[in-house]
This record gives sequence, C-alpha cells and structure tokens, in this order.
Amino acid sequence: MGDQVKLIATPQSLPCCRVEWALKLKEVDYEYIEEDLRNKSAFLLESNPIHKKVPVLLHAGKPIVESLVILEYIEETWKDKYPLLSDDPHERAMARFWAKFGDEKCVVGAFGAAWLTEGEEKNKAIESAQESLAFLEKQIEGKKYFGGEQIGFLDLAVGWIPHWLKALEEVGEMKVLDPGRFPSLHEWGQNFLEIPLIKNSLPPREKVVEYFNAGRSYKRSLEAANKP
Amino acid sequence: MAEVKLFRAWSSPFPLRIVWALEVKGIEYDMIYEDLSNKSSMLLQYNPVYKKVPVLLHKGKPISESLVILEYIEETWKSKTPSLLPGDPYQRAMARFWAKFGDDKILPLIWEAFIKQGKDQEEALIAAHENLKYLEVELRGKKFLGGETVGFADLTFGWLANLVSVFEEIAGVTLIDHEKFPLLLTWMKNFMDAPKIRETWPPRDKLINHFRALRETLIAKEPK
Repeated sequence: MGDQVKLIATPQSLPCCRVEWALKLKEVDYEYIEEDLRNKSAFLLESNPIHKKVPVLLHAGKPIVESLVILEYIEETWKDKYPLLSDDPHERAMARFWAKFGDEKCVVGAFGAAWLTEGEEKNKAIESAQESLAFLEKQIEGKKYFGGEQIGFLDLAVGWIPHWLKALEEVGEMKVLDPGRFPSLHEWGQNFLEIPLIKNSLPPREKVVEYFNAGRSYKRSLEAANKP
Repeated sequence: MAEVKLFRAWSSPFPLRIVWALEVKGIEYDMIYEDLSNKSSMLLQYNPVYKKVPVLLHKGKPISESLVILEYIEETWKSKTPSLLPGDPYQRAMARFWAKFGDDKILPLIWEAFIKQGKDQEEALIAAHENLKYLEVELRGKKFLGGETVGFADLTFGWLANLVSVFEEIAGVTLIDHEKFPLLLTWMKNFMDAPKIRETWPPRDKLINHFRALRETLIAKEPK
C-alpha cells in the first residue's frame, strides 16, 4: 500500500473537482474511484461514515474528508510542488476566509435560488446570491487570479463559479453571474477556464446539468416519500 | 497598548475560543466589547461581510471567522507554545475535520434543542445525540482531542463545557447525559480544569440571565 493516494469522487461534483485540481497542480499520482451517489458503496460508507459523501482522499489507507480540509492536507503533505497558499499568515487567513464564505454563502445561495420556482421568493434568493458574489467581485478587482499571478487555494475553492454556476443557471432558469454587474469575476472565470489543467479536467456541461437535475429529482422524491 | 485587539461580545462562545487561544499562548491583547444589539461602526468596517464577532485586529489588519483566526494565531506566533495544531498533516486534518463537524453539526443542534420546545426540541435533541455519538467514540483513549493538551478542536468544542449546564438549567432538560456520553462529560471536566480556561469564561449567573432572556424572546416569536 505504501504512500498510495486514492480519491473517491464523482466527476460532476464541484467539491471533488477542486480536490482533483489540487492533486494535478502538485503532480500527485492518484487512483480515481468513481462513486454512484444514488447507490453508495461500502467503501465510501466505511471511509466517510459520518457524512457519507464525496470527495474522500485516502493516503496510505487513511481517509480525509471535507474538500477544504483535503486541500489543506494536500498543501501540507506535498510541500515541494506548487504552493497553493502564500507564506504570509494574513494572506493565508484571507484565502481561508473567502473560501469558507464561497461555500457558505455563494454555493448555498446559488443552489437555493436554483431550486425555487419562479416568483418573488426566487428573485429575492437570486439577489441574495448576487450580493454574496459582489464581495468576491471586489476581491478579484485588479488581480488576474485570487492567488495573484497564478491560481491558488481560493481560485480552486471558488473555481466552480465559471462552469458549475452556468449549469446551475440553466437548471434553475435564472441569471446570476451577469457580466455587466460582475465584470472582474467574469473575466477571472474566463481566464480560469483557459488554464489547460483546468480546461482538460472539466466535466461536460450537459453532464453537470444532468447531475444537478438528478440531484433535485432525488431530493424531491425523498421529500415526497417522507410526506404522511 | 497591545498590537493585537480582539472584538468580542461577553456572552458569545465564538470569541471566547480566541480569548482562550491568546491566553494559553501568552499573547498580549486588548479586548473590545461589542454590544451586538448596537454594533460599532468599527466592527462593521472590520467585518463588513458578516458583521459579527470575533474580529482579531493585528497591526491594523482585521481577520474574521473564529476558525480562520485560530489558524492565523497558530501561524503568526509560531514560537509561542503550546501549539494548537500537531505537526503531522493527517492529525492536522483530523483536528480541522472535528472543528468543522462541531460547528456544522453539534452547535446548531444543541442550540435548537435549547431554544425550542415540545416535539421540535425532542427532534433536535435526537439529531444532536446522533452526532455526539461520533464525538464520544473519537474521545476513546484521549484526554483531549488534541492529545495531552488542549488543541484546535478542543477550543472549538469548549462551549460545551461552560454552556451546556447553563442551557440545561434554563430549559429544564438534560442535553448530555452520563449514561450515553461518559467520555464527553469527562472531556468537559478536563477542559474546564485546563489552564486559562475557567478563569476567562463569563460568570455563570450572568450567562443564565442572558440566555434565559434570549430564549424567552425567541420562544415568544415562534408562530403558534
């Protein structure tokens, strides 16, 4: 077994992709174990008994879960190649703060808005998601990437925006990342997607749309099943 | 005047984690108390995103979110012992995992169980216990989650040590019982006895009055 690295993941899942990008940037060899989330494997349930989710990184047999925790682990374990975080503690704190914000406010906000049917509640949810994105717009203004001249921790953490948010907009029949309102974020997104390592590992958009739709139907069927 | 300032509210558990970290590491700091019902313009300027405490100000630069602040403290004052995180990357990942788990799964459910009544309270308590079981298992053979001394994850769960008994007294319900969670209760006692912990936490009677009033307000707002 030695130092073998395995990743239990689903190709269209955004937290899984951010982990893959980190592994690829650091040129870490890993075995990809694809998981069907509607029929979870015993291996997944054993490796992540608490959350039962992907991604799970296994290194020398030991599992690490929660994508941002995994990113920190990758950064600290494979120190020699491609630093994801600055050496400066304040900059590191900013990257961590905005990554957490991205997940707690932007991801939650965008998905929340997507699942609502057309109407005032949906419009309010879209506006709220946009207010969150406005903070990221301010952060990227005047910079090529969040990491500076090259992508880093925060770029990977919010890297879902140019591709997954587009799919979510399609599924949710909404427009969130309006280039007029978020010119810097939009430009960053375009630059991010052009990076060969990123471009070559993106799941096809139709597959992401399908994945989101399947997730929504599955959730609704669970809710319907739970109704008295 | 210290080069470190901490914005806090006296009753909130999140800034208390930072107080503990600074005290345990012997870092000098000034405390600035906020009235959360009347936030200062300074707080709003330093934490425009969440408008919350804690905010750590170091050499004029603000950092928010307690777990981010704890990592910042650990990295900035590297020579100040004890370390809050171990050296090994896997152990560090575990500490970060448990800290996140506590904040995402335990704290909100215990809070729900405290502020709700009847069936809602029962359901919140069942869910809290489901999650606390994992923590109980993790504590096997350990004095603290960090090992022999209080660490990152312990500081994150520290609110259990001072607030659970306060919540239990006010709500008249047992949130963490001896039979189901003996190791957790032992951990709570060890934590409270650790250096700098109990001496820096708010007085119990003040906490009781504060949270009792807060609970009554929240219950009154509930739709009938």
